[in-house]
Amino acid sequence: MNAPVPHEILEQHLIDPEICIRCNTCEETCPVDAITHDSRNYVVDAAICNACGACVPPCPTGAIDNWRRVVKIEAYNLAEQLTWDSLPAQQPLPDALVAETSIEPGIEAAPAPLGPCSTTPPASANVPIVNLFTQKAPLTATVVGNFRVTDIAAESDTHHIVLDFGSTPFPVLEGQSIGILPPGVDAAGRPHLARQFSIASPRDGERPGYNNLALTVKRVTVDHDGKPVRGAGSNYLCDLKKGDPVQVIGPFGTVFLMPNDPAARLIMICTGTGSAPMRAMTERRRRLLGRHVSDGGDPPLMLFFGARTQAELPYFGPLTSLPRNFIDTNLAFSRTPGQPKRYVQDLMRDRGGDVARVLAIEKTHVYVCGLKGMEEGVSLAFSDICRQYGLDWSTLHPRMCEQGRYHVETY
Amino acid sequence: MSAINYSEKIPNNVNLSEDRALQRALEHWQPNYLKWWSEMGPTGAQAHDVYLRTAVSVDPAGWANFDYVKMPDYRWGIFLTPTDAQRKIHFGEQKGETVWQDVPGEHRANLRRIIVTQGDTEPASIEQQRQLGLTAPSLYDLRNLFQINVEEGRHLWAMVYLLHRHFGRDGREEADALLERRSGDTNNPRILSAFNEQTPDWLAFFMFTYFTDRDGKFQLNALAESGFDPLARTTKFMLTEEAHHMFVGESGVARILARTCEVMKQLGTDDPETVRAARVIDLPTIQRYLNFHYSVTIDLFGADQSSNAAMFYSAGLKGRFEEGKRDDDHALGGATYPILDVADGRIVEREAPMLNALNEVLRDDFIRDSVAGVGRWNKVMEKAAIPFRLQVPHKAFNRRIGTLANVRASPDGSVVSETEWAANERRWLATAEDRAFVASLMVGVTEPGKYANWIAPPPLGINRQPLDFAYVRLN
Repeated sequence: MNAPVPHEILEQHLIDPEICIRCNTCEETCPVDAITHDSRNYVVDAAICNACGACVPPCPTGAIDNWRRVVKIEAYNLAEQLTWDSLPAQQPLPDALVAETSIEPGIEAAPAPLGPCSTTPPASANVPIVNLFTQKAPLTATVVGNFRVTDIAAESDTHHIVLDFGSTPFPVLEGQSIGILPPGVDAAGRPHLARQFSIASPRDGERPGYNNLALTVKRVTVDHDGKPVRGAGSNYLCDLKKGDPVQVIGPFGTVFLMPNDPAARLIMICTGTGSAPMRAMTERRRRLLGRHVSDGGDPPLMLFFGARTQAELPYFGPLTSLPRNFIDTNLAFSRTPGQPKRYVQDLMRDRGGDVARVLAIEKTHVYVCGLKGMEEGVSLAFSDICRQYGLDWSTLHPRMCEQGRYHVETY
Repeated sequence: MSAINYSEKIPNNVNLSEDRALQRALEHWQPNYLKWWSEMGPTGAQAHDVYLRTAVSVDPAGWANFDYVKMPDYRWGIFLTPTDAQRKIHFGEQKGETVWQDVPGEHRANLRRIIVTQGDTEPASIEQQRQLGLTAPSLYDLRNLFQINVEEGRHLWAMVYLLHRHFGRDGREEADALLERRSGDTNNPRILSAFNEQTPDWLAFFMFTYFTDRDGKFQLNALAESGFDPLARTTKFMLTEEAHHMFVGESGVARILARTCEVMKQLGTDDPETVRAARVIDLPTIQRYLNFHYSVTIDLFGADQSSNAAMFYSAGLKGRFEEGKRDDDHALGGATYPILDVADGRIVEREAPMLNALNEVLRDDFIRDSVAGVGRWNKVMEKAAIPFRLQVPHKAFNRRIGTLANVRASPDGSVVSETEWAANERRWLATAEDRAFVASLMVGVTEPGKYANWIAPPPLGINRQPLDFAYVRLN
């Protein structure tokens, strides 16, 4: 073993001294006393801050919401921060480090995608709350619904599970995920690790105004290589009965979030249970429909959704009943008997002209979620489409990444 | 339990439904409040959809709730931070005893007076600001004004809850009177004089929210130390909202300065008349507004020597700012504190018993906090390489309350004669001409993303929304 000693990279929380009004709200709010001040500045102690985000919503100015990626051992210390009149710019990190190290904070999130994607949320996204409940102090939710959303004849068994949090606030945003702690121990006698699931319902609840959320869970019966395996998390969840308690941690996720800007366009590309965040975002926009007048023309949402067969496509019924001037839905089935295999990237190419037109709009945000590997095919499809319709993907893609408009989550 | 019960008529986290008599009393007061809001709240704005922050719980997560609301539909309610069963009185003669959940008989009159005085300022500021919506420099600013207005309304609710819950019939009568007094009314004015002044233009509004809402911050902080626990818990939650008001003031003035500096650099001038001709506010006018608002606001802390203040402290009713962080005996028996006096035609310092000088202590804490922010304003000029610097005037300047009320002092703290005062007043305090000029710039800008010529756009939108977001939809 001669692997290099890993250097951790830290997403360091900093306060912008040019915008801060020194009102003390953050220091008052911080649950772990990571924030302190002198007569000049308010500063965050990187050794204490756990990036829980509790200080972010109460801040009246937005000065609190600043983050710099640093090598952990070189984090800005308090003495240095106390002398600042303005925030330092993001410094480039050594490339070698970025490739081989883990990034704090956050839990064992999905591995980083292959191609580049945004590392910051959309500019108009809400400030997310994260890590309210942890492995040490989880929250007990109650199952209030659990039903199958794939056809009973289909091979894959996908469930729509609704969890209720009673009177305990559990604020989430579309695109965030939660962790589930399956009870019992694994083969080695250790408690199971948390299993992470994307939230499939919008911020105001699966049922509007209720303190609940939905998950889309596929029962895992084979592993990535096709060998039989019984997934501890998914089988536990799919077998739950109404009224059962569930240990929940989170919420997680600060980047894969939707824009609040009602004029924003969304292109959503997903397969299987990767549809969960897309369902959340679609439902959010659908609930806002009555309040935001569309500018006419194209539907604001464009969806490319792949599954093996129609019977295995979660939410097939409700999806196809959404109005066409709201969402442009494109379904791809890779195993429909008697028909050639069709994947999401094929559909994207078929609709190339429309995709290019939407892609060129400055307010368009792209979301990709599904099995690992799809991001490459999707990026290639975008690249081909751009070439065909006079756009330059090699400059557009990095720009969208930088502006928080190209989000990928795969597993 | 911190979730707020929105299913009831009056949202609250104080189990209002378990106290039927109280609930009925408040439900009776609510329509009167709404009637007052429709008469004295923001003019011509009741049908607008405003992108407002509404508290849905008192924990940090409950603060992220932004949505379009018509102001009369805003959910005004009663929110207290959670009880700490271990909390002890930590200053005064009863230091170390358990805090009171009900009003002790001997402190009833004083606590009522404290609560009524605080409560009276809340509707007063809404009345003072009711015309401003017509001349907002942008939809962003308009939204901020309305956010302040609805939150001041909620602060009134907070005080009215305490009056109804803890002061019986007297309390209910006081709560009614809070809706009857009117800012600037000669027959039935608001209690404190600064709240009877006009807020005629947006420079005055920003100065008011910077200085006068900061007085609110310090008063609320002192009350958050109170041995009367419901008052402490109420004011603690109010402070989180107050921070937004000071942000509006500080950033508002900073944006005006930024725009003025930009124009001065473009024109290569520091001549106030040339600057005015370009339809932006010249720096000396901003200084004169500052002098006015600062001096009027420091009067709000009361007389420099006050036996009431001593008694409030000793009785555990009202502490000092950050009482818990001070390392003295918290009884102040033999302690002294420097206050200002006049001797031989000069302003001098002399020591007074600290207990009697607690108003001065709080005033000085306020001054330190204010001066730091003025320093941040000066960074705008520093950055633009313009030598002008704003300054707060001397504590003795333009005072109407306390020892200094009868002294004429210049902004640098020299005692001056009536003649000298009269000859210089126009240089020191905003004049009718200054106000007329500023008023001439005030034209409402209602197109999303557009900002009036005399003010720079903000560096950030609200809740990460873009600057051209429709923060208010005019209906």
